[in-house]
Amino acid sequence: MTTAPATAPRRSLWARLPIVSQLRSSVGLQRGMLIAGLVLAAIFLLTALFAPVLAPYGFAQLREGDELFGATQPPSAEHLFGTTVGGYDVLSRLIWGARTAFFVIVIAVTASLVVGVLLGLVSGYFGGWLDRVLVVVADALYSFPSLLLAIVLAIVISGGQSGMWSGIFSAALSITVIFVPQYFRVIRAEVVRIKAEAFVESARVIGSSHWRIMVRHVLRNSTRTLPLILTLNASEAILTLAGLGFLGFGIDPTAAAEWGYDLNRAVADVASGIWWTAVFPGAAIVLVVLGLTLVGESLNDLADPRLRKRAAGAEPVEDLGVELPADAPAGDDEAAAASSTTASSGPDDGPDAGPTTKEGAL
Amino acid sequence: MTDVVDIKDLHVTFATDSGPVRAVDGVSLAVKQGEVLAVVGESGSGKTVTARTILGLLPETATIKGAVVLSSKDGKAEGDIVTMSGSELRKVRGRDAAMVFQEPSTALNPVFPVGWQIAEGLRARGKYSKAEIREKVLDVMRRVGIPDPETRIDHYPHQFSGGQKQRIVIAQALVLDPGVIVADEPTTALDVTVQAEILDLLRRCRDEFGAAVVLITHNMGVVADLADRVAVMYQGNLVEQADVRTLFSAPREPYTQQLLAAVPRIGEGLERAHERAARRPEGWEDQKPAVEAKDLRIVYPGRFRQPDFVAVDGVDLSIKPGEVLGLVGESGSGKTTIGRAMAGLTKVSGGSLEVLGVEMNGMKEKQFKPVRRRIGFVFQDPATSFNPLLTIAQCVAEPLIVHGKAGDAGEARGRVNELLEAVQLPTSFGDRYPHELSGGQRQRASLARSLALEPELLIADEPTSALDVSVQAKVLDLFDELHRELGFAALFISHDLAVVDMLADRIVVLHRGKVAEEGTGDQVLGNPQQPYTQRLLASLPVPDPVAQAERRAQWEELRAAGE
Repeated sequence: MTTAPATAPRRSLWARLPIVSQLRSSVGLQRGMLIAGLVLAAIFLLTALFAPVLAPYGFAQLREGDELFGATQPPSAEHLFGTTVGGYDVLSRLIWGARTAFFVIVIAVTASLVVGVLLGLVSGYFGGWLDRVLVVVADALYSFPSLLLAIVLAIVISGGQSGMWSGIFSAALSITVIFVPQYFRVIRAEVVRIKAEAFVESARVIGSSHWRIMVRHVLRNSTRTLPLILTLNASEAILTLAGLGFLGFGIDPTAAAEWGYDLNRAVADVASGIWWTAVFPGAAIVLVVLGLTLVGESLNDLADPRLRKRAAGAEPVEDLGVELPADAPAGDDEAAAASSTTASSGPDDGPDAGPTTKEGAL
Repeated sequence: MTDVVDIKDLHVTFATDSGPVRAVDGVSLAVKQGEVLAVVGESGSGKTVTARTILGLLPETATIKGAVVLSSKDGKAEGDIVTMSGSELRKVRGRDAAMVFQEPSTALNPVFPVGWQIAEGLRARGKYSKAEIREKVLDVMRRVGIPDPETRIDHYPHQFSGGQKQRIVIAQALVLDPGVIVADEPTTALDVTVQAEILDLLRRCRDEFGAAVVLITHNMGVVADLADRVAVMYQGNLVEQADVRTLFSAPREPYTQQLLAAVPRIGEGLERAHERAARRPEGWEDQKPAVEAKDLRIVYPGRFRQPDFVAVDGVDLSIKPGEVLGLVGESGSGKTTIGRAMAGLTKVSGGSLEVLGVEMNGMKEKQFKPVRRRIGFVFQDPATSFNPLLTIAQCVAEPLIVHGKAGDAGEARGRVNELLEAVQLPTSFGDRYPHELSGGQRQRASLARSLALEPELLIADEPTSALDVSVQAKVLDLFDELHRELGFAALFISHDLAVVDMLADRIVVLHRGKVAEEGTGDQVLGNPQQPYTQRLLASLPVPDPVAQAERRAQWEELRAAGE
């Protein structure tokens, strides 16, 4: 880690990066949640990145040399997680599937980010009829069940089944349509707030152009909540992708590996005791979603000073025992304070703290 | 006399992201029964934290050490706030100590009638019948001076004016007849004329209700008006504690002396104004004015069938080149609206406003753009007038870049450094971010930005009202110095007559969108003709307890005459 010397007045660039800065400011349970989330997310990213190296077989591979893998083989030395009903290697499809999921997340989030932020910025800054129309459209999109919308778009874009990239794009873009309203609303709300700030007015007094005010003064100040929505949306994107695959609107198994499709094919197996075809892709989905959600939720808590736990003050030893332990559950602070004061001979009471507290007891 | 509050060696530490911060560092203070103790100090001195400890109102992140012994009014019960449990604290709050907050509009819950809110403390005690509660509430409302309490008791907070709301907050504190009332800047959010009335009410809290008052304030005039004893705090320490007359006539500590010297007093600016007038060349009077308003009207359209709000109603004024016009008025008088209209931030609805030769009524942004470089604007709150993501140098360079004097912030740095030097900031501050500067430093940087293009007209909208007194004095001196060097025309907007007096050549007093009085500082402040101006002047407390006692008598006379 390249941290700045402790005496530097400003934190180094490294320490100010999103996630890194939050990690540094977190304490206790929140830190644990954030680290667990980051570890899961990192495993997912590394798997996606090094899939060709990690996977023992190809995602559409059916035979080793001339010999078929065989369908629904239980886990063994050759096939650590067994094989599917279609005769694919479960582990390989799991690893390659991470890659597909990753591509979909990146494309979906990038596309919705760009579109949503641009629309939100313009809509919030200029207001007027354009703003009203866009807000109504966003609201209308909200009122559709998101999976239904995604299915319709998947059919429109690729006619249902398709190859790897067209499948990835159709999944990603159908997710984009669901996400754009979220980014739009968040950015628009921030822009409306920032627009009224004195520094924006001061830019207007100077005579800055609208474009310059929007980009330099408004946009940069309204992106604070984005990392949070980004991580939460990434996990939602995986769920939508898996849902599409499960319902049969995903990617052809010979074009790319996809967890939702594998789960779909595993439905019949569960009843006949073939657990490995369903458990592993299912667990992969759960863990990735859990990891990304943990990151998102911890970022959310850490961004709010009221939810953020702080390290206890540097001098707890000489305190009167009124102060709470750092990880006490929030909410029943009064009860905690009460119990710690009535037992004023608490173990960590300094020897000099006792006498002054007694005289007022009625 | 017994002590109602006895604070012994109080230490308060806050846990923050950047480590523990000591807010109060070993303060010992006592409040006697039925006295007004003023705790004065600048922001960050720990005065609010000290006073809030009396009610145990500190956030979770605070660590308290020491003792705060609170006695009940009859002297029968006493207890140490620091070690009390939640339920013990609840018993003591309201009965022994109550609080009056700074902002009356946020201290009241908007969805409940005020009578219900005043009765809240009584209900919490649970030993009164409904009729008794109503009787008590009516009584306390009458005593704090709410007219017609029988109907007003069922009204909601938004149906009261700011001053009346503060009366209700005080009634809320008084209804349980506490031994001590902690008033945290009770008049800061109010206009001077209202402030005088609230101070009068607080004085009656002491005289009629026999409550001790802990008055937290930064306004030395308020202290002189109300306090019996004064405690001066600086950076978490108690600097000096003395009787109010002693403190003002013979301050012992250097810090107190500085604090008192920094308070602007009416009459100080006259000399400067005379000097400036003497320097002016002949024929100056006949120059074409930089700004001229004729029958200016600015109306905010009403929404949802509410009537339009007329903010400015037929105002005539003019600013000659190189002249400083002071615009004074209470909140809602339209002074800020006039300033914003001059900068093209608010549309003019009627009449004529000519700024540097451009007619603002029906102005198009394209026509006005070339004029913008000749106008500088200083905002009220230095905390929000800088983009938090840009460095000070980048912020100051913005006008230069926008008007094509420089390609980017790096290119403009030379000029930016000159400007920072002109406002007496070290050039290294250019690399800092706005939040790394103090309020006064930020306001200097704001001045630097507004002067970057050497404007002919500077509009300063309450530039010092968010600052501490000592910082305010420095910023005002700087403004005067820069004005002498650069000779811009200026509109100086303020609610504080003493501040305007220090800088302005001429003063316009606004009242409800109309000009109440206009003239030089001599005329308006020395010999005001209009009753409104007279009332405004008499309401302004002077930082001198002896003189203030006389003025108070005068004010009471004026008030009696007005009724």
